[in-house]
Amino acid sequence: MTRPLSELCARLEKKLMVILLDTGWKYSSRVTDALEYQNLVPQLLDRDSTTPTNLTTLNDTESQNVSGHAGKQITPDEVPVRFNETWFSYNSEPVVRDINFSITQGEFVAILGPNGSGKTTLMKLALGLLKPTAGQVLLFGEPAETFTDWHRIGYVPQRTQATESRFPASVREIVNFGSYSGFSPLSIFKRNDKGRVDEAMEMAGIEQLADRRVSDLSVGQQQRMLIARSLVRRPDLLVMDEPVAGVDAVGEEQFHLMVRRLNRDLGITIVMVSHDIGAVMREATTCACINRDIVFHGPVHQLDAQALSGLYGFPVDVLMHDPEHTHR
Amino acid sequence: MPEIFHYEFMNRAIIASVLIGATAPAFGVFLVLRRLSLIADTLSHVALAGVAIALLTKSFAPVIALIATTGAAVSIEELRMRRLLPGDAALAVFLYGALAVAVVLISIADGFNSTLFSYLFGSVLTVTQTDLWWMATLTVVITLFLLMFSSELAQITFDSDLARINGVRVHLLNLGLAILTGATITVSMRVVGVLLVGALIVIPVLISIRITTGLASTVVTSSIVGVFVAVIGMVIAYYADIAPGGSVVLSAIALLLMVEAGAFVLHLKDRHHRRLIVDGHSHAHESHAHGADVTSDANSKHD
Repeated sequence: MTRPLSELCARLEKKLMVILLDTGWKYSSRVTDALEYQNLVPQLLDRDSTTPTNLTTLNDTESQNVSGHAGKQITPDEVPVRFNETWFSYNSEPVVRDINFSITQGEFVAILGPNGSGKTTLMKLALGLLKPTAGQVLLFGEPAETFTDWHRIGYVPQRTQATESRFPASVREIVNFGSYSGFSPLSIFKRNDKGRVDEAMEMAGIEQLADRRVSDLSVGQQQRMLIARSLVRRPDLLVMDEPVAGVDAVGEEQFHLMVRRLNRDLGITIVMVSHDIGAVMREATTCACINRDIVFHGPVHQLDAQALSGLYGFPVDVLMHDPEHTHR
Repeated sequence: MPEIFHYEFMNRAIIASVLIGATAPAFGVFLVLRRLSLIADTLSHVALAGVAIALLTKSFAPVIALIATTGAAVSIEELRMRRLLPGDAALAVFLYGALAVAVVLISIADGFNSTLFSYLFGSVLTVTQTDLWWMATLTVVITLFLLMFSSELAQITFDSDLARINGVRVHLLNLGLAILTGATITVSMRVVGVLLVGALIVIPVLISIRITTGLASTVVTSSIVGVFVAVIGMVIAYYADIAPGGSVVLSAIALLLMVEAGAFVLHLKDRHHRRLIVDGHSHAHESHAHGADVTSDANSKHD
């Protein structure tokens, strides 16, 4: 309690150094991974150089022809989500205030924030599940309220309303929900697009679970099922709410590997609400820290002690792996 | 031909049980899985109020009951949608409100006790030709609704947010589901009575959830189970001379107990089987021979 503030600051900085070093190490191992599997080095290098410019602030996109990828023009269609002075209040108490930022195509954005900071609200606004009290949310350049191109958006909730009971659906049935494309009265007699469903299940690594009952799956398997469900749609934007909460370490590693592939190989824009700063540092390209306001928005490597203390108040509890642990 | 089929009224009662046995549980799947079973109970009390009004004004009870349940279903959904009242509170207000209205009207009239009894607990004698046509029509409407919106209903049942992002019009479908639940209750109350109709919507679903995997097959199985218990219950009611509501629900519960007991026995057997495999597994490890098959089998089980 009586520990001087400066000492805490020093400790925090030390911890952050560990984070940054750790990120560097992970990054180099990523490159070797890529070399081994896909020979993706050119793509990675390209991404590396464009990451800082990938960040588009409101002012940048205002003119709508700012270069994102070295001179390339950005059309509204290439901005999957844009918050335009967005406010959301619940019973006249603002939950999120004056949100201004854009998510550009191909980004992997992590939304960080303490409990009750408005992370989930921000995500629901981005999905059009909540209507902003003031301001606007644009999805692919179109206001969320009038947006109809839902097949471009995949959503993976933290848990579904159904997973707790003895829900009798099979995994294949749930994944097949993803292929829904609007009401058609005779849909029950139509044959499903089996190939696409199989492909999505394979991508999520659950092809062997196809005929299992949803309620028999583990938390990690259910997450994968939900991801497969959104992949059937071949979305341009994938929004995930704390996808690794309750998943064990191995499952988490597999999950991050899969998301990395979706983001880099398939170019899917990823928005991930997260609690795990370490994972965000390793995996995401951009980070938006929210505590009712946007405290920080920028490339992950620019996330510093100041931003984090602004986010979590003081003292900051940085959840990080200690060096011995990481270099096992 | 057994004696039971010699009577016109009994044939009508059996046809009626087949119709409601098939439709009520098919709806129930979507209510039970969303933990909305209480809506059936609430709407059945609203139907009772409708019946009381009809008896007082000497009009055709199913029509008045249908109007009442439709009005209540729409109001409940709107209240919930606009978050004016929490979902369960809205249901409670309507349940007790409707029951109170029924009690008041019954006290005022004070003259239709035997008819009212048949609406409360069902009757084998009261199913008329008109009732049957009425039931058949509603059964067709309900079946069409379920067939046309099967995918949408399944999606909402799984997760309404996900359904909305998929482009499903969640609110409209919820409304449709609530209105047709009211219709199902109106149709069923002649046979099982308003007080027990909720059981016919819920219990066959619980049975089929135990024995099938897959939403579509759960709906079909629930209907089959529903027809089975409704007909059995009706036959028992005839021979034992009791109100069919009681015998139908008790047969359903008996079947549920049997299925649950069966599932428990299977579970024990399965556990025993697994233990054998695990023992075999460790044994194979010790001997370092013939272990490959057993190991891979055990691994796949634990996956």
